[in-house]
Amino acid sequence: MNVLNLFSAMPGAVAQGLIWGITAIGIYITFKILDIADLTVDGTLCTGGAVCIMMMLSGQNILVSMLSATAAGMLAGLATGFLHTFMGIPPILSGILTQLGLYSVNLKIMGKANQAINVDKYDLLVSLRFIKDVPFYKNPIFVVSILLIIVVAILYWFFGTELGCALRATGCNGNMARAQGINTNTSKVLGLMISNGLVGLSGALLSQYQGFSDINMGRGAIVIGLAAIIIGEAIFSRIFHNFALKLIAVAIGSILYYMVLQIVIWLGVDTNMLKLLSAIVVAIFLALPYWKGKYFSKPNLKIGGDKNA
Amino acid sequence: MLEMRHVTKVFNPGTVNEHVALKDFSLTLEDGDFVTVIGSNGAGKSSMMNAIAGVWLVDSGEILIDGVNITKLPEHKRAKFLGRVFQDPRTGTAATMWIEENLALAKRRGKTRFLSQGITRKESEEYKELLKILDLGLEDRLTTKVGLLSGGQRQALTLLMAALQKPKLLLLDEHTAALDPKTARKVLETTEYIIKRDNLTTLMITHNMKDAIAHGNRLIMLKDGQIILDIRGEEKNNLTVADLLHKFEAASGEEFTSDKAILG
Repeated sequence: MNVLNLFSAMPGAVAQGLIWGITAIGIYITFKILDIADLTVDGTLCTGGAVCIMMMLSGQNILVSMLSATAAGMLAGLATGFLHTFMGIPPILSGILTQLGLYSVNLKIMGKANQAINVDKYDLLVSLRFIKDVPFYKNPIFVVSILLIIVVAILYWFFGTELGCALRATGCNGNMARAQGINTNTSKVLGLMISNGLVGLSGALLSQYQGFSDINMGRGAIVIGLAAIIIGEAIFSRIFHNFALKLIAVAIGSILYYMVLQIVIWLGVDTNMLKLLSAIVVAIFLALPYWKGKYFSKPNLKIGGDKNA
Repeated sequence: MLEMRHVTKVFNPGTVNEHVALKDFSLTLEDGDFVTVIGSNGAGKSSMMNAIAGVWLVDSGEILIDGVNITKLPEHKRAKFLGRVFQDPRTGTAATMWIEENLALAKRRGKTRFLSQGITRKESEEYKELLKILDLGLEDRLTTKVGLLSGGQRQALTLLMAALQKPKLLLLDEHTAALDPKTARKVLETTEYIIKRDNLTTLMITHNMKDAIAHGNRLIMLKDGQIILDIRGEEKNNLTVADLLHKFEAASGEEFTSDKAILG
């Protein structure tokens, strides 16, 4: 139980948290803006990683590989959107179906369950080897932070456009959106594509960082994303009202999640128990608003409008 | 203007819950008509609105607006012809978005949405002026989330949104029913003002016979998915609640049994 060990593990936790922050922001778009719990992401993360690693191994440029990973993620989102809007399958089940299908797809992309990439032979953007003893601009914390800021800036711009506003209206009130001429099906598909595109990008970064892509790397991604969203909201919801800041809060939530995880590991908790712990913590936090409404709210007796209506 | 030709809609056909919502329903509206619609629960008032708005597709018959056949058009594609205000104040607006963002969404009804700005500075100024006519102080709260407004404020805003892109037809589905009497009166005044200002062709469902008589140039009463009374012009101007009850009994062969509609 050497505190120094914990400290030396923290930069790695922060870097991982930042990479997962991009996934969490993707999940924020479906869960918070579109009001859909999209389970596709558990498969998409690996798809992004697999596409990126396989393309790099076949000699492709890093930028092309990462963009392809993002595009592959968007395709996964398109599949889920298609299942939901065109085939009328409830969103959660649509996500589960795509996720299951992706398991085979991911195996086919990689050819086996695990593909490693050597940081010495390939020009990776991020790697856990760059955590120490490299110039700051090569440090994954710096590189991913820059990427994250770019992602947030693009999303901030997009959700202020006509299309972005249509997407927000769709998630908030579908009846109203349709009455204002918005095709809510198109909006949902678009939102799912953007979300899964970001998760694919995040998977590409994660597999580079850890030096391999693995068929199981996305297991529980939705839960980690939700945890990040919940932590970010719990801490920042009162001070961050701007949309860009809310996204940053999600990323910080993700970093905190990985820091806490590191502490739990340092405390000697059986690592096999970590997923169960995460699930319990997220379940309790998701229940809080419900409990609050059920047991701690004053009865609302007011009927009709206010006197100054 | 609006033509509904022999429209029929049956819910849950072939089951014990089978319900004929509209039965060979025909209605023609002239330009500038302001038609009030009354009828007891389940008479088909809301079904008539939903058929026009495209919430679901009808089983048979045709619906035309200005000669354009919209019978098979999905809801979002009909939106450019229609302005809608709903019974529940929460239905017509997006609660988590600002007042001005809601207006901007309505401003783009029927237009292709792409990557230009969702709302411009110039628009904000425009909306500020528009909100002043409501006299609710909303012009100073452009960036307030709509979810924080009262039911009456939300209905007034929805009305403004419905008229923002001048619709060919304004559909009001008991839009004052969920409000207290004083607020309802105020929203109804605003409704009358906007309809006159823009000369809008309007269909207004109401649960209140007095309102149905006091507003509009034509009154129709529905029962079992059909029009059983159609009163217009001079006859409508001289109508009283007692007349209406009498006519209802004569037309349907039974007593009108909604106290709320008679007393309201």
